[in-house]
Amino acid sequence: MAKTAVDIRDLWVSYNGVPVLEEVNLEIETGKYVGVLGPNGAGKSTLLKVILGLIAPTRGQVQVFGEAPQKLRRRGEVVGYLPQRPLGNPHFPVSVLDVVLMGRYGRVGLLRRPGPQDLESAMKNLERVGIPHLATRAIGEISGGEQQRVFIARALCVEPRLLVLDEPTVSLDACAQDDVFELVHRLKEELNLTVLMVSHDIGGVARHVDDIVCINRRIHVHQAPPIGRLALESAFGCSVEYLFHGEIPHRVVKVHDD
Amino acid sequence: MTELLSLGFLQRALLAGIMVSLLCGVLSVFVILRRMAFVGVGISHSAFGGVALGFLLAVDPLWTGVGFAVLVALAIEWVQTYSRVEEDTAIGIFFAASMALGLVFLHLSRTYNVDVFGFLFGNILAIGPKQVVEIFGVGAAVLAITLAFYKELVFLSFDEEMAWVSGVPVRALRYLFLVMLALVVIISIYLVGIILVSALLVIPGATAQNLTGHIRSMVIASTAMAVGCVAGGLWLSWLLDFPSGATIVLLLAFLYLLTITVPWLRSHLVKA
Repeated sequence: MAKTAVDIRDLWVSYNGVPVLEEVNLEIETGKYVGVLGPNGAGKSTLLKVILGLIAPTRGQVQVFGEAPQKLRRRGEVVGYLPQRPLGNPHFPVSVLDVVLMGRYGRVGLLRRPGPQDLESAMKNLERVGIPHLATRAIGEISGGEQQRVFIARALCVEPRLLVLDEPTVSLDACAQDDVFELVHRLKEELNLTVLMVSHDIGGVARHVDDIVCINRRIHVHQAPPIGRLALESAFGCSVEYLFHGEIPHRVVKVHDD
Repeated sequence: MTELLSLGFLQRALLAGIMVSLLCGVLSVFVILRRMAFVGVGISHSAFGGVALGFLLAVDPLWTGVGFAVLVALAIEWVQTYSRVEEDTAIGIFFAASMALGLVFLHLSRTYNVDVFGFLFGNILAIGPKQVVEIFGVGAAVLAITLAFYKELVFLSFDEEMAWVSGVPVRALRYLFLVMLALVVIISIYLVGIILVSALLVIPGATAQNLTGHIRSMVIASTAMAVGCVAGGLWLSWLLDFPSGATIVLLLAFLYLLTITVPWLRSHLVKA
């Protein structure tokens, strides 16, 4: 197996001439759990989308397990993805099992229907994320935390080597957030996954990941934990919420120059 | 009833109507789930330009209509993808421009005896054996393609980004769906006309969504409703001597209102 899961060299991405990512060089080793932190508009989702092949780089090179993302996409069996807002229409008339089965469609291919082995995989992954009892429920009926589990199960149905999660804990309450971090950590160990997770939750990320990528158009890579306030601030470009050290959670506020 | 079915033109209208409503019933579900109701309106109105072009060039307006509607459908998608124009803006512009172009074509063709009214509001008398064959040919192709890519169309409607990452040819399917909408709009013109055809693409799916929470039953309910309303509307229009397209659309709208008001009344009466 390739030692490098994601290899990014001199990546630049611009929208309408405005640079979103500049001179990004990043190498993610196979089997690592990497958190991506950064302020709004820093290019976090853009970085993920380049890795997924959803956005083509303006300049530079991206390889995932030694292949171009565009090429990998057509195989539909390497990368599992949890989009930022996976449920665009909360009344969409499908069951939990239907949603998880969608994760198999890349493997099933065009003009073919999912077979018994796909159903088996979907059920197995629902069990893995602890919600097999919800299989027949409508996707809009279950809680936000349960929905995220469904979408994680769908990503696992791809049987991925790389799991990419875009803000999986946003809009969840504190307990559900922690459950998601725990779950992803467990899945990573169990399935030998490389995990790339964008998050706003600095504390949650720092507790579980191996490396932290701080991003604000340019990137900085840190070993984690602990990760220093200054390092975070240099990425965010302003004072940051800094809640995960000390006994009493507190916020560090500092006036910055620009 | 036997008397009704013995009339040749009504037989053909019924045959064409069943094919058209089968298609509209299925596509309508995707139109609703992908929030494309206005796209349906835009494409159908744009077809007017194509139909008028047919009169001008003295060729079968069905085929110029198909060409025009497909072109406009692709243009709407293209503009949306590659420029900063929002989809509804693009539709608003294209459909008004196409209708204006249609009027100019009609003026240039100087054929004042053509049945413009029939194209706008439907005219089942225009459904001859040739039209039935055309409707069945195009309809069978669209139905087959929809069923073949059913699983991908559901995935696309649910979560386009994830579908893309899973290797589904998202862009090709988006274009394909628009082309199919354009084709269905054109073959529905004789039955309900350009102005009213969007009702067949919107109301069955919307009503089915009120009735059921699962996509498979939604497709069945939507199709059953479309077929039922087209057959029922044709019969009613013959009985009351009403315009057939309008009767079909009114029947659809009536059923839609029922699916909203009955649950509302029930919940309020239960409370009282």
